[in-house]
Amino acid sequence: MSVPRYWRKQLNRYNLKGSKCETCGRHFFPPRGLCPECRRDGKIVDCEFSGNGTVRTFSIIRTASSDYDIQTPYPLAIIELDEGTCMTAQVICEPEEIHIGMKVKRVFRRIIAEGNGGVIVYGTKFVPA
Amino acid sequence: MREVAVVGIGLTEFGEKWDTSFRNLFVEAGANALEDAGMSGDQIDEIFVGNMSGGRFVLQEHIGALIADFAGLTKNHIPSTRVEAACASGGLAFRQAYTTVASGIQDIVIAGGVEKMTDVGGSETTDALAGAADREWEGLVGATFPGLYAMIATDYMNRYGLTREQLAMVAVKNHYNGARNPMAQYRKEITVEDVLRSTLVADPLRLLDCSPVTDGAAAVILCPLEMAREFTDTPIKVLASSQASDTIALHDRRDFSTLDATVAAGRRAFKQASLTPKDIGMVEVHDCFTIVELCAIEDLGFCAKGQAGKLTEDGQTALGGSIPVNTSGGLKSCGHPVGATGIKQVCEIVEQLRGEAVGRQVDAEIGMTHNVGGTGATVVCNILGV
Ligand SMILES: CC(C)(COP(=O)(O)OP(=O)(O)OC[C@H]1O[C@@H](n2cnc3c(N)ncnc32)[C@H](O)[C@@H]1OP(=O)(O)O)[C@@H](O)C(=O)NCCC(=O)NCCS
Ligand SMILES: [Zn+2]
Repeated sequence: MSVPRYWRKQLNRYNLKGSKCETCGRHFFPPRGLCPECRRDGKIVDCEFSGNGTVRTFSIIRTASSDYDIQTPYPLAIIELDEGTCMTAQVICEPEEIHIGMKVKRVFRRIIAEGNGGVIVYGTKFVPA
Repeated sequence: MREVAVVGIGLTEFGEKWDTSFRNLFVEAGANALEDAGMSGDQIDEIFVGNMSGGRFVLQEHIGALIADFAGLTKNHIPSTRVEAACASGGLAFRQAYTTVASGIQDIVIAGGVEKMTDVGGSETTDALAGAADREWEGLVGATFPGLYAMIATDYMNRYGLTREQLAMVAVKNHYNGARNPMAQYRKEITVEDVLRSTLVADPLRLLDCSPVTDGAAAVILCPLEMAREFTDTPIKVLASSQASDTIALHDRRDFSTLDATVAAGRRAFKQASLTPKDIGMVEVHDCFTIVELCAIEDLGFCAKGQAGKLTEDGQTALGGSIPVNTSGGLKSCGHPVGATGIKQVCEIVEQLRGEAVGRQVDAEIGMTHNVGGTGATVVCNILGV
C-alpha cells in the first residue's frame, strides 16, 4: 500500500495523540477538528491517550496486499481505548490467543517497509496487557 | 415530482473478460439496454455511470466522457457524469438518474455501471478495494476489505450465536440461484462442506464467503412513467430511491453488526413508497460477504436482529421462500464488478417483475434493491413495482 508522504510526518501516528470535545466530553482518535455531536458549539482540544484498551472484535488476516503479505497471518482488531473511542490496529500475539474482551496496550512498531528496501512506515500496534 | 419508470435493461455477462476493454464492456451493456427499450441513442438526454476505480484498475479517469464517446453519444454533446461511492457507485448512478427524471430536468436518462477488476494482480485489487474504507486509519494499519467484514462477522457470531454453517448457507443459496442465471460469473452449485473447506481469507470468512473479483457492466434506461408505454408494454415503476451515509471507518460505528445507513436508507425507501417490508416480494441485497446478507435482511426489517441465520437455514430466503433474497445469485455467485453491481441489482428486479427470469422466477409485484459502499458508509435502496 503506497502511502502519501505527509502521513509519515503525522505525530499522532506515533504517539496516540488525539483530540477531545470539552463541550460533550467525547474523545477522538484519529483527532477530529470538528465534534460530530456539537459541531460548531464544540470545543476541541488535544489530548493524549493512555494506550490501554480492550479488543471489541477481531479477525486473522490471511490474504493481504503485497506490502503486508509477509506478515500474514496477523491478528487485526478494533480496540476500544479506555477513554472510550475505538481504533483499528494489529495485535501482536498468536492467532489463537486473541479474543473479544482481551486487554491490550499500545506499542510503537514498524507497520510496513514499502517495496524492496523502501521507506519504513512506523505506527501503533498493540500487545496483550 | 414526476413518477419514473425503467423501460430498458442491459447487462454484459459477468466474469473475467480479458478479451474485452473497459469501454467496450459499458458500450455492450448500454446497447443491450437501448435494444431492450427499442430506442435510438439520439433519444438519450443524459448519462450517469457508476465506477469505483477506473484509475486503479485500468488507469483511466474521466470515465463520463469516455463512455459517452464510445457509446456514440458525443454527437449531441449530452451531459455524462461518473459517480463514485465505492461498491455503491452503481446504486448512486441509479439514484442520480432517478432524481434527474423525477425532477423534470431530463426525460430519458441512462444509469449505468462498469468495473474491470481483473487487469491488475490480486494484491493490487485488494489494495484498491481497501480505498473503500478509511485508507489512512484502517487500510494502512493492515485492514483488508474482507478483514473489516470479518470483524463484523466475529462480533455478530459472538452476540447472536450465528453458526459457521448458517453463514455458509447464504453462499450455498446464492450459488444455487446463480447457477440459474445465464449472466452469472460462477454458475455452479456448491455445498456447505465446500464453503467450510475453502481457504480462510480473514477469519471467520473463507473464500466461498467472499464475492469474487469481476469484470462487467450494466445499464438501465429511465423515463417519466407517462412516456414509458412508447418504449415498452411492461414499464417497471420506481416506487422509491433512497440513500444514506455513515462513518467511513467501521471502528467509529455505534454497533458493528448493524449497518445504520442500511436502516436509514431502508426506512426512507419504505416511507417514500408508503410500503412496509411485508409488501416486498423479493430483494437483491449487497452480499459482498455472506455476513452482510444477514445484516441486510435484518437491518431492512425483514426479520428481527439476530434471526437472519435461522431464516436462511429454514429456506425462507431461497426461491419459493417467504422473502427470496438475491435471486440473481447475488454478488457472491453472479459476481461483483463493484461499479456495476447496484445497476445489476435493478436489472434483476426488473427481469423478475416482467416475468422474464426463466429458471429462477419469483411470483411478485414489488421488489427491492440494497447496495452498500465500503463497510456501510453509503447505502442506496430502491423499490420497484409493476
Ligand atoms: C476472496 C478472494 C481473496 C479470492 O482471491 P484469490 O485468493 O486470488 O483466488 P484465486 O483467484 O486464486 O481463485 C482460486 C479459485 O477459486 C475461484 N474463486 C475465486 N474467488 C471466488 C469466489 N469469491 N467465489 C467462488 N469462487 C472463487 C477461482 O475461480 C479459482 O478457481 P480455479 O482454481 O478453478 O481457477 C478475492 O476474490 C477477493 O478479494 N474477494 C473480495 C472482493 C471484494 O472485497 N470486493 C468488494 C466487496 S464490497
Ligand atoms: Zn462535542
